[in-house]
Amino acid sequence: MRASLRRLLVPIMVTGLLATAACGSDEQPGGNEKITLNVALFGDFGFKPLYEEYQKAHPNITIKERISDYAAHHQSLISHLATGSGAADIEAVEIGYLSSFTATPNRFHNLLDLGAGSLESQWLPWKWQQGLSTDKKTLIGLGTDVGGMAMCYRTDLFKAAGLPTGRDEVSKLWPTWEEYVATGKKYKAAAPKSYFMEASGNMFRAMVEQASTGVYDDADKLIVDSNPAVKKAWDLTVDAIASDQSAKLAAWTPEWSAAFGKGTFATIVCPAWMTAYIETNAKDAAGKWDIAAVPGGAGSMGGSHLALPKQGKNAQAAYDLIKWLTAPEQQKKIFKATGNFPSTPSLYTDPDLTGFSKPFFNNAPLGKIFTASAQAVQPQHQGPKQGDVFNTIGAGLGRIEQGKQNAADAWTQVLSDVAKLG
Amino acid sequence: MRTWLYKADTQLSPYVYISPFFILFAVFGLFPLGYTAWVSLHDWSLLSDEHSFVGLGNYSELLADPYFWNALRNTLSILALSTIPQLILALILAHLVNRPLRAKTLWRLGMLLPNVTSVVAVVVIFSQLFGRDFGLINWLLESFGLGRIDWQAGVASSHVAIAAMITWRWTGYNALIFLAAMQAVPKELYESATLDGATAGQQLRKITIPSIRPTIIFVVIVSTIYGLQVFAEPQLFAGGGPNGIIGGPDRQFQTLTLYMYEHGFNRGFEFGYASATAWVMFGLIVLAAAVNYLITRRIRSSR
Repeated sequence: MRASLRRLLVPIMVTGLLATAACGSDEQPGGNEKITLNVALFGDFGFKPLYEEYQKAHPNITIKERISDYAAHHQSLISHLATGSGAADIEAVEIGYLSSFTATPNRFHNLLDLGAGSLESQWLPWKWQQGLSTDKKTLIGLGTDVGGMAMCYRTDLFKAAGLPTGRDEVSKLWPTWEEYVATGKKYKAAAPKSYFMEASGNMFRAMVEQASTGVYDDADKLIVDSNPAVKKAWDLTVDAIASDQSAKLAAWTPEWSAAFGKGTFATIVCPAWMTAYIETNAKDAAGKWDIAAVPGGAGSMGGSHLALPKQGKNAQAAYDLIKWLTAPEQQKKIFKATGNFPSTPSLYTDPDLTGFSKPFFNNAPLGKIFTASAQAVQPQHQGPKQGDVFNTIGAGLGRIEQGKQNAADAWTQVLSDVAKLG
Repeated sequence: MRTWLYKADTQLSPYVYISPFFILFAVFGLFPLGYTAWVSLHDWSLLSDEHSFVGLGNYSELLADPYFWNALRNTLSILALSTIPQLILALILAHLVNRPLRAKTLWRLGMLLPNVTSVVAVVVIFSQLFGRDFGLINWLLESFGLGRIDWQAGVASSHVAIAAMITWRWTGYNALIFLAAMQAVPKELYESATLDGATAGQQLRKITIPSIRPTIIFVVIVSTIYGLQVFAEPQLFAGGGPNGIIGGPDRQFQTLTLYMYEHGFNRGFEFGYASATAWVMFGLIVLAAAVNYLITRRIRSSR
């Protein structure tokens, strides 16, 4: 028994030694120590094949992934941070929650202390900034994807409504959101039984994300009531609801998922990560969806960072892994597999990326469209309760959609609800 | 020394034997209860290390919040819509299964199946049945020439949908409890009633219900406690978006637990405020149990 065990162990140890030697000076002293790294994500980030690659190069590292849904993931992360145990070594944080962590960064490892400072130029400047604490001294996360925006649309429904179907002509229909809503009115006149957009909340959110300031000013003060860009987006969205353009679907419900395939609505604001959802929810509708430019030019919606909670013991090993996972080369692989768009601009001139297209979307040049969108993003300051503020305004739009309130009453209630968040 | 030990043994041992329950209850029941009360007196956010004492501030803010009262109304409405049909159906079911039947065990076990199914599976299926565009129920309504209903949008319609899920899960379970009680009712009563020409309905009203009254009281109390804490059904019914937190854009089906969840796990993780909500809910449940007890005791004594 013992002899057979030794026979088994020796080759493993030799391989380990060779691998360490191969890695050269990169490796920490004592890099042979067995380390298990837990990675907690919301939804599939497309990391699985990369883990295998990484574990092959670093035999002492074992990576374990746990995936839950968006809300549950962030809620358990916050409770684990508060109670001081239970968090994974590596935690994904979406931008809607990131700003609440950068306000109190002390529960995370400062990645600047682990050597991230020299990597800054790798990311879009605003993506890097988002991971920094308010005092700019602590970096809590390295950027994964950005939600560069486009507009996905159904060619069959556009054709039925007498609208152009080619993506370039479609993009020309709506350089601005006003023209988008006007196109919607034309669409409704020609096809009164179907809807132009899935829900009004996404259009509102996209418009606000494109503005130079959104729902918070740079000092983290809520400016929903005073920012003209917010009111303008609200009024235009209300106009779209009044002309019955919205299918009034609540995102992430079974009805919403089914609608992608059934074709009950014609357009949806499409951050890069949305393309994967459409593809999985509308398997039978291949070739019917296409991608045009988003009205208003560009903008980012969503996107994530990888952060290291302080309670994690293997900070350096975890840092090495996220540094590798967020490096341009890996981000490119993830984009091709899942559609999550890279946050590293060095790829934006890479023909391998810019030339990327998907048959599902009529061979739309996803790489080119999202590159143009991500490059044109005007960075916008995000405040600590960003997600809650958008949800509150979205509920106001929902009340108008469901006929519970008129626009003026809904706005009054939104302002009082937002004030209570403050 | 020995007599002292003997004395201690006879007097203390019983307490030692029953202590595990009380120790576990103290650790997992009493301590969290007390700690929650302590937290509820603070401005306590999970995100910050400072917890300033605010006394009863959270409670006064809570009682002044119209959304809290809205959540309470919704909870009571869903409670009534689910508990009453549930108990009536359970009684009828139990009564039916209590009669001589072929494959008795199969029927009885079958009643428990909806309760064994995970609540998530039940809600996912029911949400699809109650879907606005592609739901089976709307399809049926339409084929009978009636209009479609946006189940989630309306106050009454969303409450009915949620109550249907609760009723589906718990009717069979309650029926089994009723059945157990019915088995203890002397068979002679039914036999003589049958001889006297009483119908099945009369037997149910005149013999069964009066005989199993204590069990009905128990089931009413347990269902009320469950109904006041209903969470998974409305949360999952709304889908994965923000509606699962506030129960629809107009808070039309936000229950008390969802309200607590909204504050405890969103909006900056206001644990102090959420703890205050939890304590108010605890008070309400105690109150509801007491009212139930008093009413049912009166019914019993008036017999």
